[in-house]
Amino acid sequence: MKFTSLLASAAMALGLATGALAQDKTKVGFVYVGPVGDGGWTYEHNKGRLAVEEQFGDKVETVFVESVPEGPDAERVMTQMALEGADLIFTTSFGYMDPTINVAKKFPNVKFEHATGYKTADNVSVYSARFYEGRAVQGHIAGKMTESNIIGYIGSYPIPEVIRGINSAYIHAKKVNPDVEFKIVWAYTWFDPAKEADAATVLIEQGADVILQHTDSTAPQAAAQEAGNVVTFGQASDMSEYAPFPRVSSIIDNWAPYYIARTQAVMDGSWETVSTWDGIREGMVEIGEISDAVPADVKEEALAMKAAMAAGDYHPFTGPLKKQDGSDWLAEGETADDGTLAGMNFYVEGLEGEIPQ
Amino acid sequence: MIVLEKRPQPSKAWSYATPLVAVLATMVFGGILFAILGKNPIEAIGTIFWEPLFGEFAFYYRPQLLVKGAPLVLIAIGLSLGFRAGIWNIGAEGQYIMGAIFGAGAGLAFYPLEAWYIFPVMVIAGAFGGWLWAIIPAFLKVRFGTNEILVSLMLVYVAEQMLASVSLGLLKNPEGFGFPGSRNLQQYDSAHNAELIAGSGMHWGVVTALIAVIFAYVLLNRHMLGFHIRLTGEAPRAAKFAGVNPARLILFCLGLSGALAGLAGMFEVSGPSGVVSIDFNVGYGFTAIIVAFLGRLHPVGILLAGGLMALTYIGGEIAQSQLGLPAAAIQVFQGMLLFFLLAFDLLTNYRIRAAHSEVA
Repeated sequence: MKFTSLLASAAMALGLATGALAQDKTKVGFVYVGPVGDGGWTYEHNKGRLAVEEQFGDKVETVFVESVPEGPDAERVMTQMALEGADLIFTTSFGYMDPTINVAKKFPNVKFEHATGYKTADNVSVYSARFYEGRAVQGHIAGKMTESNIIGYIGSYPIPEVIRGINSAYIHAKKVNPDVEFKIVWAYTWFDPAKEADAATVLIEQGADVILQHTDSTAPQAAAQEAGNVVTFGQASDMSEYAPFPRVSSIIDNWAPYYIARTQAVMDGSWETVSTWDGIREGMVEIGEISDAVPADVKEEALAMKAAMAAGDYHPFTGPLKKQDGSDWLAEGETADDGTLAGMNFYVEGLEGEIPQ
Repeated sequence: MIVLEKRPQPSKAWSYATPLVAVLATMVFGGILFAILGKNPIEAIGTIFWEPLFGEFAFYYRPQLLVKGAPLVLIAIGLSLGFRAGIWNIGAEGQYIMGAIFGAGAGLAFYPLEAWYIFPVMVIAGAFGGWLWAIIPAFLKVRFGTNEILVSLMLVYVAEQMLASVSLGLLKNPEGFGFPGSRNLQQYDSAHNAELIAGSGMHWGVVTALIAVIFAYVLLNRHMLGFHIRLTGEAPRAAKFAGVNPARLILFCLGLSGALAGLAGMFEVSGPSGVVSIDFNVGYGFTAIIVAFLGRLHPVGILLAGGLMALTYIGGEIAQSQLGLPAAAIQVFQGMLLFFLLAFDLLTNYRIRAAHSEVA
């Protein structure tokens, strides 16, 4: 007997055995790349899970496994959840992409939702948030707040999502402060407090007085606090324990509405494969409260930009824009298409350094 | 007053008993830890040790034990040979990475050609990559007397940077929309280290690990070189008189452990993992050090220890999702295992005695 059919029949047998029990209870699994206490990325996904529990109460059961390495371990954890009767599984890191597709093939009746990837299947949807909209607001505030005109940026991995954020922040910092310069450090991790703190310290030593981070821990916030007059922004989560200073604002990922909607869809039997990319307008990206450390006029401008994006009147990537090598990218008034943004692998004009290859 | 008294001879009984006592102590103290976290300790320990082997879905977990245990055993066997001779290769993680890069690189160089010889070439390339990374500290030690612990460990971080570099550049999937990571070798038949029997978990890496166990056993017990290795570790002066060439021994032990770690990386990347990615390595090279010691540096012991480690990983994940145990608690549980092993190891060489209070 083939392994896949063996698995399928086992899952069916389980379905029959516990059918009466499981019928009214939808089981939702979550696979996390970091610990739920990271205070950032995984913390917010877990908040989404708790929101699902709160919304549906007894009608839903959720399970999760945290700190799952991307690769065969992830595949095993997903298989385990599917075997134990999960109806819907959220896999919340880019590196879970191929494992998700592999497991989804073996369990055609289980629905999978993969965050930040691009591979879909009959039972695999993908979802992500337009974090770059939040980066635009951050860039604006950062450009106004910096006195040394050096903004430090802690990148995780040089993947399109991160590069998009750097470009968006830079464009809007440059707009309000033509002298601004970005220094980028690649940490090659999503979550490693020690490495993140090192990166922040290096940037501060190089004269940065604003630090933007695309990593998930609060370590850079702590490093900035220690340094004294360095501005930071919360990443993925509000990180409000560092407000009002150094953390002056934040990008918050709000997955709860999406998780609730998708769980509902599984319950109704209306689940379909979708590619979701929501932003400020849909509420998937939120801007954390801008603290009083930011001058009132800057705060007002930032909120106006946020409102414009929420209304759909403003796109952070609006021409005229050139690429780093000086070639034309967007003409006056033209906005970037989603395809280009999704696979973005170039810096815009003015950014220094190369994207690691 | 209690004093420790050195035994004239290491206790044979204790050297066999310590791993078992360590496992038992880990269960007891791990159980206390789980109880403090508000979980039923018996249920938690049971889930970790019982579910993967005899639970409802054991048909899936048992093969997974092989998949998870094989690289640990393969690497630990290589390390144990050096450790026995007092040659400390701490950088197996780096050698594992280099093996994966070389192996996958060799395979992808042929893409999309399908031919029988591609996989053997990848095996050789993987072993070579690991060997190369281990021979650097070996050479530096032989030639300049550098410390192989430091050099091999530092080279892990160099290997990690190489891994990031090839994931983003040289080996990046041209059809990956700019995302890092190579093509998936699972979708390239000639390069795929598939299960030999579907659903069994047996892939070439598992077979190689078993062969390595037998090979190491024979080497240590039946071969002159094995005798030299043991002698160097147990009585360096006697080894000198017996005509052991230390430089040759260092090159051999480090080279072989590197090659085996490289093979482990190559089998992993072409099989269960499939992709060279920035986060490809998950610590097998370091965990293998624990496995080597847990197995008392004995080939059969290592085989059992590798299985036990794999069990705690897989059982730990089940405990997480079924009982809501935090991942950190599982890691503490694994840490306890090494801690107790080292602690009880003391009893092999020392005995505890109540001392009479003497006036000096």
